[in-house]
Amino acid sequence: MPSRTVTVGSASGLHARPAALFVAAAAAQPIPVTIRVGDKRAVPARSMLSVLSLGAKRGTEVVLEAEGDGADDALDALADLLARDLDADGTEVATAGTADG
Amino acid sequence: MADTLRGIGVSPGLAAGPAYRVAAPPQLPAPGPVADPDVELARALDALAAVAADLAARAAAAQPRNATAAEVLQAQVLMVQDPELAEAVTDAVRGGAGAAHAIAAALAVHRQAFQEAGGYLAERIADLDDIRDRAVAVCLGLPMPGIPSPGHPFVLVARDLAPADTAGLDPAGVLALVTESGGPTSHTAILARALGLPAVVRCANALDVPDGTLVAVDGGTGQVDVGIDEDGAAATRAAEQRRRQRIGRGSGPGRTADGHRVALLANIGSARDLPPDADCEGVGLFRTELLYLDRTDAPGAGEQIAAYTEVFAALPGRKVVVRTLDAGADKPLPFLGLPLEPNPALGVRGLRVGQQRPAVLRTQLHAIAEAARTTRAEVWVMAPMVAIPGEAAWFAAECHAAGLPVAGAMVEVPAAALQASALLREVDFLSIGTNDLSQYAFAADRMCGELAELLDPWQPALLALIAVCAGAGRAAGKPVGVCGEAAADPALAVVLAGLGVTSLSMSPRSIPEVRDALAAHTRADCKRLASAALAAADAAVARAVI
Repeated sequence: MPSRTVTVGSASGLHARPAALFVAAAAAQPIPVTIRVGDKRAVPARSMLSVLSLGAKRGTEVVLEAEGDGADDALDALADLLARDLDADGTEVATAGTADG
Repeated sequence: MADTLRGIGVSPGLAAGPAYRVAAPPQLPAPGPVADPDVELARALDALAAVAADLAARAAAAQPRNATAAEVLQAQVLMVQDPELAEAVTDAVRGGAGAAHAIAAALAVHRQAFQEAGGYLAERIADLDDIRDRAVAVCLGLPMPGIPSPGHPFVLVARDLAPADTAGLDPAGVLALVTESGGPTSHTAILARALGLPAVVRCANALDVPDGTLVAVDGGTGQVDVGIDEDGAAATRAAEQRRRQRIGRGSGPGRTADGHRVALLANIGSARDLPPDADCEGVGLFRTELLYLDRTDAPGAGEQIAAYTEVFAALPGRKVVVRTLDAGADKPLPFLGLPLEPNPALGVRGLRVGQQRPAVLRTQLHAIAEAARTTRAEVWVMAPMVAIPGEAAWFAAECHAAGLPVAGAMVEVPAAALQASALLREVDFLSIGTNDLSQYAFAADRMCGELAELLDPWQPALLALIAVCAGAGRAAGKPVGVCGEAAADPALAVVLAGLGVTSLSMSPRSIPEVRDALAAHTRADCKRLASAALAAADAAVARAVI
């Protein structure tokens, strides 16, 4: 199964604003993507509650996994997002209702 | 068809708009059998959608003012919209749970995960609990808890409002306040007057008004019309516009329709509280405690002279009534070294402190006299908590010795009111502090919210004590004023004028309303209304007859 191992780049970890950006991006992907920390249970990347519960901080290594058409593109996009410091840049939080088009 | 609710108007003004309630967090009902799981599932998912929509609207509304709050709300929206949550709720309903219980159970799993993670996540537990309370409330057909934020201006309806409830209140978004309990001296009333919002308290059944219902609020009469239409709302807004224009036109000294003068004065704690351009006839109560608070030593003469001079210099040719230090076990000051008392309201306070620590009083009187000497204000001085004529005589002698010619006594103790004639043989004027006079006349602690009804300034017994003072003033040819919340109630101001009170002192914001009410009545009207209020059986009847 295609996967990417990424180090969380956001200063506040995968919380609050970075988590919101990541979850919204995952929900916009055409296929389901999972995220896990180490060998703990993988959770859906589009689930805000599950992603928060990972408790991933800056520097935590997470593994993204997906299967099917477009898996590599989806994983690349999300891995790129996770590696950036989302607290520092000006990316807008897109909620599910505005992520169409 | 509009229904009419009635309460007590505590902050005048007219407003119309949709009503929204502040609700307590809902209690989960005892789990029961579910009749139709499909209906129950739809109820649960609809509730989550409603909560998401509400939080998204709050986030959008908060964005311009408070970006941090908006981010927390946006994160909450994503939690509620979490597909995993919907799945867990679906599983729980399929397993036989009702909608409210299914949502509470599904969120409890994440709550535990957040708690175990600790740190930042543990701090987010409140967000989860907020989501649960909101969704459970929707399932049960109850309003969502907390200060509502519908995204447009609204009439806030609550059981009562505590300072903590209103800390996050955006005054620009609230048209009026309506509460089921509370009283004329409650936090709701004080907040409303400070913000200039119409407010009605003790309005029975206000919490039964469904959210979004169009209502019209009259903060003067206490009437709330429920279920009005857009035309009715527009008419109310137009009436408020006319009211404001009318009040805006009024200016100058207070007088009745037939020209009888009643001075309208300001209550202040420092020069900062003076109205812009000092637009008032003078100051009827200059509280001097501010100088003495939060310090371990008494303020020196120089510091006091500077503070008094600032106020006097702003009001050349006008009256400024300075109340000497009103401290005691209820408002302790460390440098006075007063012992703790079992019942501070009845202990050594007000002038009693001055008699025990005459040096503190003398320093203050000399500072006031010095500031008066270098400015052109007409400075009067009065003592708090005078009970017997002998105290008034002692205070007047101290004032004269300091070079202050006009000395007065506050009437806050019923004994002083009953001896008003004897007091006026010793001093030049009386000023009635209605808040304390109520407390002592009705044996009702001002800090005790449950006794608000007894502390209502419309109580006929309080009015009777005021009438005794006013009558003594008339006989002696000396002024008798009222300072305190009572003077700020336009309808009551008319009654007080009818009782013979010669000046009304209030927070500067209230002056235009009171000026307007006086101008609408002749002196004979005022006297007739005063007689009716005095003859009433209780405060509610007194209000009703006016």
